[in-house]
Amino acid sequence: MSESVSVRVNGKPVTVRAGATVAVAVLASGATCRASVTGQPRSPLCGMGTCFECRVAINGEPQQRSCQVLCEVDMEIEANG
Amino acid sequence: MDSVQHLRFDVAVVGAGPAGIAAALAASDSGKSVGLIDDNPAAGGQIWRGAHSAPQHSPARSWFDRLNKSAVQIVRGARVFHAAKGELAAESDDSAIQIIYGKLILTTGARELFLPFPGWTLPNVMGAGGLQALVKSGLDITGKRIVIAGTGPLLLAVAAYARKSGAQVIGICEQTTRPRMARFGMKMLLVPGKAAEALRFAYDLRDIPRWTDCWPVAAFGNRRVESVRISRQGQTSEIECDYLACGFHLIPNVELPRMCGCRLDNGFVDVNEFQQTSITGTYCAGEPTGIGGLELALVEGEIAGYAATNWEDRAKHLFAKRTRYQKVVRILKDAFPLRPELKNLARPDTLVCRCEDVPHEKLCEHGSWRAAKLHARCGMGPCQGRVCAPAAEFLFGWEIDSVRPPLYPVRCSSLAAIPSHPAPRN
Repeated sequence: MSESVSVRVNGKPVTVRAGATVAVAVLASGATCRASVTGQPRSPLCGMGTCFECRVAINGEPQQRSCQVLCEVDMEIEANG
Repeated sequence: MDSVQHLRFDVAVVGAGPAGIAAALAASDSGKSVGLIDDNPAAGGQIWRGAHSAPQHSPARSWFDRLNKSAVQIVRGARVFHAAKGELAAESDDSAIQIIYGKLILTTGARELFLPFPGWTLPNVMGAGGLQALVKSGLDITGKRIVIAGTGPLLLAVAAYARKSGAQVIGICEQTTRPRMARFGMKMLLVPGKAAEALRFAYDLRDIPRWTDCWPVAAFGNRRVESVRISRQGQTSEIECDYLACGFHLIPNVELPRMCGCRLDNGFVDVNEFQQTSITGTYCAGEPTGIGGLELALVEGEIAGYAATNWEDRAKHLFAKRTRYQKVVRILKDAFPLRPELKNLARPDTLVCRCEDVPHEKLCEHGSWRAAKLHARCGMGPCQGRVCAPAAEFLFGWEIDSVRPPLYPVRCSSLAAIPSHPAPRN
C-alpha cells in the first residue's frame, strides 16, 4: 500500500497520508468545508461524525461528512466554505 | 435504488469503541453469531481511533488482535438510524442494512459537550477530542500553536497527544478550580492503573502552562481562528493561536438507547448488575451508563457480552473489577462541575444552533426545547440537536427528551427499504 494519497480539493491537488480522512485533505488544502445557512465558513468541530460541520461534496455526492470518509486516489472534493 | 443488505445476528453490538469490542468478544466466546456495527470507517471508537497500528503489547493492540482473530462480524461505516423490536435499520455509503438480532448491546459511547461563546463557529475552533480525532485521522499539526480549553482530564490527554504530534501547546485552560483539580489528582491516584497515567501526563506536560479557573471568552479571526481571549482567575488576556481546542467534558450518546425504549436515569441509561437495560434482552455498556473512562467501559462491555449469551457466572466474576473502576464516575463528576459563568459567555448574536444558525437571543424568547425547535428551528438541522441540545440544556435548564426516527439524515431509498413497523414509544 502506498504511503500517501492524492486527491483534489476544489480542483487543487492535495497529498495526504494513506488512511487520512477527507476532512484532513480539506484542511490541508486551506479550504473550509461548507458555508452555513447564513453564509459563514465552517470546518470540523467534533471530528467524529456528530456535528455535520464538515460536510462537503465527494465525487459529486453532496452533504458527505468528510471526517467519516477516507481519501481515495483521485477523489474530487468540493468544499464550499 | 440502493441495494439492501439483510444481516442476522444472535447478538448485535452497536458501537465499536472499547466497550463494544469487549462486549462483542465476550459474546462471541459462546459460539453465537455476533455483529459489531459502527458508523466509522474502522473499529476503535474515539479513544482507539487509528490505534490498529499501535505498538505490539499495548492494550489497544491486543484487543484489536483478538477482534481480528475472532468470529465477530464487523459492519463498518454503518449508521444505525432506526430501531424496532428485534430489528435495527442502518445505512452505509451504498446500501441500506436491515439487522435482525436476538440480543442487543448498546455501546454508543459519548461525545463532547460544546458551549457557545463568541467566535466558537470559526474554522479551527474545534472540540478537544475533535482536534485529537483529526490528528489521528492524518491532520498535520507540526509547529501549530494550540490553546486547549474546557474541562476534564481529556484536555490533558489531548495536550499530551498534540505535543507529541509536534504542535506547540500554548496553554491548557481548565474551568474548574485549583482545589478541585488537586483533589481530583489525589483521588485518581487510588484508582488502579491511574497513578502511572497521571505521572506520564505530568511528565509529558511538564513545560506546558496549565491554568485553572480559566475559560475561553471569545475567539477572533478572519475566516479562521487567529486568537482567543481567555478569562484566567478574573483577568482577561488574548492569546494568538492556530487552533483552539475546546471541550466541556463528555455527554453520553443516548439517542439510540432512547429510541429502543430504554429507561434513563439522570440522562444516563439505567442498567442492572448484568448491564441489562429496562428492556429485557437489551444491554448497555460504557459511557452511556456513566462517564467513567476506558477501563470501566471494557469491563462493562465484557459483562454485557457474557450476560447477553447467558454466561452469568463469567459476568459475575467481573463485578468486583467493575466496582473498582466505577468510582471514577463519581470522581469525575465531583471534580468538573461546570461553573455558572459559562452560561454568560454567549452574546445575543452568538449562534447556539450551528446547523440552522440560530442565535442565543432567538432562544431566550422560548420556554422549552420543544418551543425553541418549533419556532426558532434550533436543533432542526442535520445534526438533529446533537451539538446545540446539550448546550441549551446547560444554558436554559431545558429538559431534552425527544428522539424520533430517523436518528440521522438518511437517503429516501434507505427509509423506503426498512419495514414499516412503528418505533417503540418512550
